[in-house]
Amino acid sequence: MQALTNRLKQVDRRKMSFFERLYLIAIFKGMLITFSHIFKKKPTINYPEKTRPFSPVFRGLHILNRDEEGRENCTACGLCAVACPAEAITMEAAERQPGEEYLYREEKYAAKYEINMLRCIFCGLCEEACPKDAIYMSETFAPADYQRKQFIYKKEELLIPHPKEEPDAFKKALGNRVKRENIN
Amino acid sequence: MLLAIDLALIIEKLVLIVIVVMASLVIAMYATYGERKIAAVLQDRRGPNRAGPFGLLQPLADGLKLFFKEEIIPNFSSKFLFILGPSLAMLTAIMTSAIVPWGDKVHFFDRDISLQIADVNVGILYVFAVVSMGVYGIMIGSWASNNKFSLIGGLRAASQIISYELAMGISLIALLMVTGTLSLKEMVVQQQNGYWNIVYQPLGFLLFLICAFAECNRTPFDLPEAENELIGGYHTEYSSMKLGFYLFSEYINMFVSSVIMATLFFGGYDIPFLNEANYDQNWMALFGVMALMAKVVGFIFLFMWVRWTIPRFRYDQLMNLGWRILIPLALFNMLATGALILWKQNNWHF
Repeated sequence: MQALTNRLKQVDRRKMSFFERLYLIAIFKGMLITFSHIFKKKPTINYPEKTRPFSPVFRGLHILNRDEEGRENCTACGLCAVACPAEAITMEAAERQPGEEYLYREEKYAAKYEINMLRCIFCGLCEEACPKDAIYMSETFAPADYQRKQFIYKKEELLIPHPKEEPDAFKKALGNRVKRENIN
Repeated sequence: MLLAIDLALIIEKLVLIVIVVMASLVIAMYATYGERKIAAVLQDRRGPNRAGPFGLLQPLADGLKLFFKEEIIPNFSSKFLFILGPSLAMLTAIMTSAIVPWGDKVHFFDRDISLQIADVNVGILYVFAVVSMGVYGIMIGSWASNNKFSLIGGLRAASQIISYELAMGISLIALLMVTGTLSLKEMVVQQQNGYWNIVYQPLGFLLFLICAFAECNRTPFDLPEAENELIGGYHTEYSSMKLGFYLFSEYINMFVSSVIMATLFFGGYDIPFLNEANYDQNWMALFGVMALMAKVVGFIFLFMWVRWTIPRFRYDQLMNLGWRILIPLALFNMLATGALILWKQNNWHF
């Protein structure tokens, strides 16, 4: 019969020689192989201490952005909520009062902004929909909690640290976002 | 005269017993750590590294976990035997270490203290007696579980240990003919003065090693607890510290058989290429203990190395190897050794 592919391998069915039947030599060879693995590099990354570098387009937990002076970018236009296929985003708008200019960049702002992280599918459409560069996805991920309701992230959890009051935390939260803008 | 035994001797032996038991427990504990670490390293993994530096506290955490687990005794088991099983396994595992010469004499408080709990003149026979008792722990436990998987595991353990004990015993007879003594202490002294017994009995050592693997229920002969066919084998129904005792006794057995192999074939506490008599007695005894421990660690590593290299035997292969290969080889070894000894006594004339 002709083989359909050329991947046919002939099975060796010769009788084993005496030394092969002894098995001890085979065991010893196997042991040498396992022993050589002691000196091999281990691919494991010690996770919480070390993390793998993410690609610049990694989509982690959301962050609400501020501008350089620490004012919130979001104007509660609702485009992200409309874009969201999982309907995870809800918000309530409010008007900026005189004297709050240092808090909000424009006249309208989000008084309430919630993302249900259990609904979110981390597709990044909210990020693309946002005209104000207000929401984007950070590099933090794997949230853990004891209660489901803790996964509905409010503004306190979502807002990026203040760039002037906590510059280090701000930088950390920003991640390699600059690169991402270059890609777009 | 019985009453002439002085108090100091009793205290000395008690201290020694406590030390030896504690040491074998600690070594067995860290053997579990070593097992996991070696398995990991041989498979390009990292192994336990969370509890303490390098995961060194892992065995403590495991032990604590076993203590705090719920203890389940199945309704249909016979409760007395169910508890007796692991106790017996543990007891016999620890008892074996009583006659091992851990080191030479040390000199403290104007006394020569021998680092051996009991220099029994039938030493090696005592080891055999106690080790074969160990199978009762497994058998009774598996029988009392009233579970067919456990029972099959127990049956396998019993038949395996009995058939390998034969080959082991015969391979040792050849060694005993060479040494002419049953006392482990004397064997070590002989090896200190001459060559190690491995030189005289290479085949005997190989047979003994294979049988030791089978006696300890280690891979490739770990059929009694073949996880993928028998769930857990003889300890399927066990939980909490009773399970811990079974697992622990396996590691203690491994430790003790490593010690026995080192003592019988690799000179015990003898440090090679060194004349112990030239140096301070106490220091030499200490170094001797360390040399023995180094040999033991080597053997334990071998046990684990083999475990993570070769797969388990099939049951008929196991029996085939035991009865049709190892026992004839051991018999041949015994006869050849006897013939050589006779030939030597005859001044190499026929």
